[in-house]
Amino acid sequence: MTRPLSLRRRLVGQGMALALVLSLLIYGAVRIGAEQASQAALDEVLATAAAAMAEELRVAEGGVSLSIPPATLSMLAAMGDERIFYRVDLGAESLTGYDTLPLPPRAPGALAPEFFDAQFLGADLRLAAVARTLRIEGRAVTALVILGQTREGQRAIATRLANRAAGLGLALFLIAIPLSLLAARGLLRPIDSLAEAVERRGPRDLRPVRHPAPIELEPFVQALNSFIARLRGTLSQTETFIAEAAHHIRTPLAVMRNEAELALRGAQDETTRARLRHLIRAADDSARSAGQLLDHATVLYRSGQGEMARIDLSAIARAVAERLTPAAEMKDIEIVTRHDQSMFVEGDAVLIEAALRNLLENAVKYSDSEAVIEITSQRNGAMAEVLVEDRGRGLGGEDAARLARRFRRGGNVSDTVGSGLGLTIVMEAAAAMGGRFTLTERNGGGACAAFSLPLA
Amino acid sequence: MRFLLVEDNLELSNSVAARLRSDGHAVDQAGTLAEAGDCLAAAPYDLILLDIMLPDGDGRAFLADHRRAAKETPVIVMTARSAVSDRVDTLDTGADDYITKPFDFAELQARCRAVLRRRGGSGQILRRFGDLCFDPLAATVTIGTETRDLRSREARLMEIFLDAPGRILSKDYLLDRVFSFSEPVTDNAVEVQVGRLRKKLAGAQARIETLRGFGYRLTQ
Repeated sequence: MTRPLSLRRRLVGQGMALALVLSLLIYGAVRIGAEQASQAALDEVLATAAAAMAEELRVAEGGVSLSIPPATLSMLAAMGDERIFYRVDLGAESLTGYDTLPLPPRAPGALAPEFFDAQFLGADLRLAAVARTLRIEGRAVTALVILGQTREGQRAIATRLANRAAGLGLALFLIAIPLSLLAARGLLRPIDSLAEAVERRGPRDLRPVRHPAPIELEPFVQALNSFIARLRGTLSQTETFIAEAAHHIRTPLAVMRNEAELALRGAQDETTRARLRHLIRAADDSARSAGQLLDHATVLYRSGQGEMARIDLSAIARAVAERLTPAAEMKDIEIVTRHDQSMFVEGDAVLIEAALRNLLENAVKYSDSEAVIEITSQRNGAMAEVLVEDRGRGLGGEDAARLARRFRRGGNVSDTVGSGLGLTIVMEAAAAMGGRFTLTERNGGGACAAFSLPLA
Repeated sequence: MRFLLVEDNLELSNSVAARLRSDGHAVDQAGTLAEAGDCLAAAPYDLILLDIMLPDGDGRAFLADHRRAAKETPVIVMTARSAVSDRVDTLDTGADDYITKPFDFAELQARCRAVLRRRGGSGQILRRFGDLCFDPLAATVTIGTETRDLRSREARLMEIFLDAPGRILSKDYLLDRVFSFSEPVTDNAVEVQVGRLRKKLAGAQARIETLRGFGYRLTQ
């Protein structure tokens, strides 16, 4: 399927085509009008001169005399350097002038002159014929005066006017180019701004589009919003479903784990004890996976909501560290926190908590007993950064981006329990808030995880 | 210590209660918020373990009422949902801490201790054995006038010995109670911990005896 022509090109093209047609129409109209007007002026002069000549026809003794007044002929020359032809007929007889000058197609009436065009001696002529009735020797004789003039002057006037019209048309067309560009821009501005607003949102933004749209675009915006609403509904259902599933899995798991621990206390037989330990580890494994699946769903769901607020990142880091201290103490791991100042960021507290908790849980999980985990909140340029540094087994030479892939676990952790979602959660949470997450080998062994968000 | 356990799943409630009792605590069980209210009206408690989803209401509402009534008993919420937003919510409502089901019992104890410590604790839970005085909240032992800090696992070990003075505790038994199940440990690890605790107890009449092939015993 070929892509339809862009709206802007269509609009500009149509605007210019319209301007071209208008220019040609104006040119044609002016040209015809000028021709007609100049011809009308010429006709008027010819008619007046012919009538004047007819007036000068006098019946004299033994015939008819004609004296052409110079004023009459000078009137004719007004339009330019023209040649003038005349013919005066009396009855069927040519009296004076060019007797081969063409006759009018119709005989002129007594008062109305007759105008016509003709070729004569290689020149285009405009002619006027006037009739007058003379009484000669008691008889009524019709005298016909035909006066013709070459049309160069008239044509020159008409052409001059037409050229001006052409210039006008061209100017109109040239003005139409920027005008149609402007019109196209004006018309496309709401579309452009809507497109920009939609584009700016990013793929994760699931808020409905509230950008004002012209009524013609309303159906598209409504369709988009209804898709977004459905997607949100689906995501929220997923979250609810996972939460419910987690609840229904975790409660019996808790019973199972407790009972196994109680049984372990009473068990004497070493095989039974080993089995019970496996059981407990499996329960922990399921519980942690369920928790991370829920965390992941929560991160996906919330990162589309954009519930951002001004939050002190170092306060959350402190709270998470405090929260995990009892779990770390189980292994005699010391969590050392360094928070020199409050660092405010634009973020979602729930996402930040999920990210930092997963990071720290990872650090606790992969640290040996009696290790030290350091959490540092610091400013780094325009970013607020939380570093979680441990002395665990590090990345085992693997790439951080690979480790953060969903369900991907490092090659050096097969002896511990994990779902492979922890780093994915951290990375997605960072991405949702315009932040960054990096995982590097730490000098002297272990890993250094850096979670940073832009300072507000 | 006296616990109030508010949990509607009877099996879970019974097993948590059994474990708390096996550690020598007194536990009252409530299956609903109404029962929990009755228990609170009848007796003082050192700590409340509260489930969030209960048949007659939301544990968080109960928590909010409890805090409004300016009751000082610390509350640890047991949640199964583990939704991140729930956790943030819970702490906002005034819980002292929360623990996600299923939980390691040692972690629950650690959290209880941390909460009681934050709340100023009570001196009544000091445990004495001979010339030895153990403070589980502060994780210290006092011998005569000298007070020594114990690390978390040393304190756990100390507590286990004090729970059964004079009894022989096998390495396996200690292993399961002192170390978390997710970490790979060897029998040697128990020897290391016992060795450390011994050093901390140096100079006291109370001491930890090694009974080769059987285990350890706290005697004086």
